[in-house]
Amino acid sequence: MTDTRLATTAVPVGENPPRVAARLEALWPYLAIGAAAVALPLTGDTYWGIIATRACIYWILVAGLNLVVGFAGQIAIGWVALLTLGAYTASVLTAGTATPALPPFAALIVAGVAGAIFGLVVGLPALRLRTFYFAMTTLGFATIVTQIALAWQSVTGGGIGVPGPEFPGWFSTPWGFYYLCLALAAICTWMTANIAASRFGRSLIAVRDAEVAAEAFGIFRPTLLLTVFLFSGAVAGVAGGMFASLQSYITPDAFTFDLSVLFFIAILIGGRGSIIGPMLGTIILTVLPEFAAPLVAWSTFLYAALLLLIVLLIPGGIADLIDFKNRRPLERHREIAPRPEMIGPLIGHTAAAKSLTLENIALSFGGVRAIDGLDLEVRPGEVHGLIGPNGSGKTTTLNVISGYYAPDHGALRLGGDTLAPGGAHLRAGRRIARTFQTPRLIGAASVLENVMIGGTIDGHASFAESLLTLPRHRRDERVLRDAAMATLTAVGLEPLAGVRADRLQHSELRFMEIARALMLRPDFLMLDEPAAGLSAEEIKRLGTLIVAITRAGPGVLLVEHHADLIFDICDHVTVLNLGKILAAGTPSEIRSHREVVSAYLGA
Amino acid sequence: MLESIIAYGLAMGAIYALIGITYNVMFTASRVFSFTAGMLGMLGGVLGALFIRKLGLPVIAGLVLVLAAGAAIGVITEIVTVRPVLKSLDQHLYVLSTLAFALLIQQFTAIEWSTEPQPFPRLLDIGPGVFDQQFWLPLAACFATIVGLELLYRRTLVGRAFLAIAEDNYAARALGLPEQRLRMASYALAGMIGVLAGFAGGEVLLAFFANAPMLNFYGFVPVALGGMGSNRGAVIGGFALGLFQQAANFLVGGIFASVAVFVVFILVLLARPEGFGGARAARRV
Repeated sequence: MTDTRLATTAVPVGENPPRVAARLEALWPYLAIGAAAVALPLTGDTYWGIIATRACIYWILVAGLNLVVGFAGQIAIGWVALLTLGAYTASVLTAGTATPALPPFAALIVAGVAGAIFGLVVGLPALRLRTFYFAMTTLGFATIVTQIALAWQSVTGGGIGVPGPEFPGWFSTPWGFYYLCLALAAICTWMTANIAASRFGRSLIAVRDAEVAAEAFGIFRPTLLLTVFLFSGAVAGVAGGMFASLQSYITPDAFTFDLSVLFFIAILIGGRGSIIGPMLGTIILTVLPEFAAPLVAWSTFLYAALLLLIVLLIPGGIADLIDFKNRRPLERHREIAPRPEMIGPLIGHTAAAKSLTLENIALSFGGVRAIDGLDLEVRPGEVHGLIGPNGSGKTTTLNVISGYYAPDHGALRLGGDTLAPGGAHLRAGRRIARTFQTPRLIGAASVLENVMIGGTIDGHASFAESLLTLPRHRRDERVLRDAAMATLTAVGLEPLAGVRADRLQHSELRFMEIARALMLRPDFLMLDEPAAGLSAEEIKRLGTLIVAITRAGPGVLLVEHHADLIFDICDHVTVLNLGKILAAGTPSEIRSHREVVSAYLGA
Repeated sequence: MLESIIAYGLAMGAIYALIGITYNVMFTASRVFSFTAGMLGMLGGVLGALFIRKLGLPVIAGLVLVLAAGAAIGVITEIVTVRPVLKSLDQHLYVLSTLAFALLIQQFTAIEWSTEPQPFPRLLDIGPGVFDQQFWLPLAACFATIVGLELLYRRTLVGRAFLAIAEDNYAARALGLPEQRLRMASYALAGMIGVLAGFAGGEVLLAFFANAPMLNFYGFVPVALGGMGSNRGAVIGGFALGLFQQAANFLVGGIFASVAVFVVFILVLLARPEGFGGARAARRV
């Protein structure tokens, strides 16, 4: 996570010079590697030139795969299949064994398109299958592509092979070809870094680390993943074309599973969610066997050993090792000082007053009736408390409203509209935001990035615009970052904006989740036990904050066990027991309700 | 030809089924999908050839040593690649650690043993043609394993403890079951079943390092389709896969067989990610 923060370091709003310095701090490793790579031909050593060319080609593929493996967390281990596909597409098209011969650059473009299409095909199972299953499908795909290359002799030349494309003019010289590969590698680095620093990059990591929360903020996993598979497949196809040209002659033997292992391990050694890490990983793994001839045979063994060590000892990889910023100690006694007066302008809307209503909602899990005919109305500008003993259906109610569960029957309405049951990713569009009983954070991302996730659906730039940092993307980022900074200031966490979220204390995470929910500028906000784990003073501040939120317009549905907080700030309280309403009314009515007192509040 | 299809198909099916059971035994003990299953099968063949053909040990001694090695590797798998990452099961680090460990052993075998397939010794000299021992040995091993597991799980206290751990880890621990030791024992058991698959099928598969990824995939197909943890699914799926594959091999060629198996595998999983025998996982919010 080092470099996805490259532009989002802790910089107070309105201070520009430190932002430039932070940019430089994040950019210098790329500049150093780039300068060394550009200067390499000065050595005149063509052997190392070939190795550097190979490293560039591998990186073109790994840069794309990094978004799949490192960011989205998909265990795609058979990615060599796409290299094979790109290599054969480019070679067969330039050799003209199946079609009229194409010029090499045109063939390279077709290889990219073919890679994109098959990237989509390989990625499709990831929408339904998890981890190991998906890993197996990519592995199976890799085996099959090699077998087809062997068997389809009339086109691929079978075991004899086919010559790779040769680029025209200066590009056919070793150093000319090297610079071509280097340029492509640089473009890929730039594009993936742009994605990493966009709402798409943040969403990918959110899907990886906090899928449930991602859904609640309108991130639709299937489209996101498929877009990334498309991009990753395209660059893998291009890498394949370049690989074939470097090899000058390709046979199925050239595409062993060892290559897949190299690509995959380079990313994990580098560190998930980083770009500089996997880049260093690729360079190290390509160069490592060159230092001693006997190592060549043992290279895959070494990669595997490295992988095991990394997984067991430093799961964060190289990126974590060089992330000095997040090792600086944080201040010990931190205080969360919210500024409730800032909430109004932040939410900045007085939506037409609509109520959120539940009518006769029922939901059973097996034989257990979790909710049993529940009616509830949350009015805008009011705090509605939902209390009850454990297992009374409070969180389940929130999950039905969020769309995680489809109720067995009953209706859910927002004003006059009926909300479709299920469809959790559509709730954000309805401006229904929530927090979770156990904070669902993206631990490896900064606090600011976590909060920016809340505004994902308000971004306008498409994936392609973000890839190329077109103006709409830059505007999105500026607006989102400023809004997130302001929201953090309002909840009192702005000093921690640049800190990795997993370094925060529990109480700070609760406020961070509220900030993330406020980024949605919600009409309705659902808080699931926000006071759990907070000190008495923090609970008081939380109460003021919640009241300030309702003053600004939204309705709040508050699930809580702290009776004091409930009775202090709620306008309405509903008491649940065994999925049914035990009592409903104003706090003072509830406080004197005989059954509630005996069943739940105690004497 | 029909006899060959059936003989080869049942032999390969039995091997796939055994690898599938290896996956299951590790999975039920730890909820971990381990990449080591195919590697164990490969090792059974390689170690069998090493002990019996190269070192000239008697068949029984060779088998005992192979099983011991399988158990040892199973225990190492548990200690090195599973136990350290079990705390954070949701991060799926086990996929990486078991993959790394399997690759380590596979590459070591390739370098120190051979990168070419080596012949596996004839264990017994029984039966002509399709009744040759190379076809029925895997079947016998598979049958013995199923019966053995059934007896272990139903009749012995240790076996019941295995089931208890598989059913509800926390409850089993609360009852005072030594969860860690039982998990280690399960991995040792899985190691033995895995190498037995490669040993019994040695003459069909040969002693070849690249059997590891092949068995990994084709051993996983029946468990994925039959439902993770279901041995019945693994056995039925394994035999169906073996017969289908050999039929396609003899009738239309190996490429078609691979592509067809892959396509069926993906389509079935896309339609039913939990397989035919597995329970649909409840969503956890």
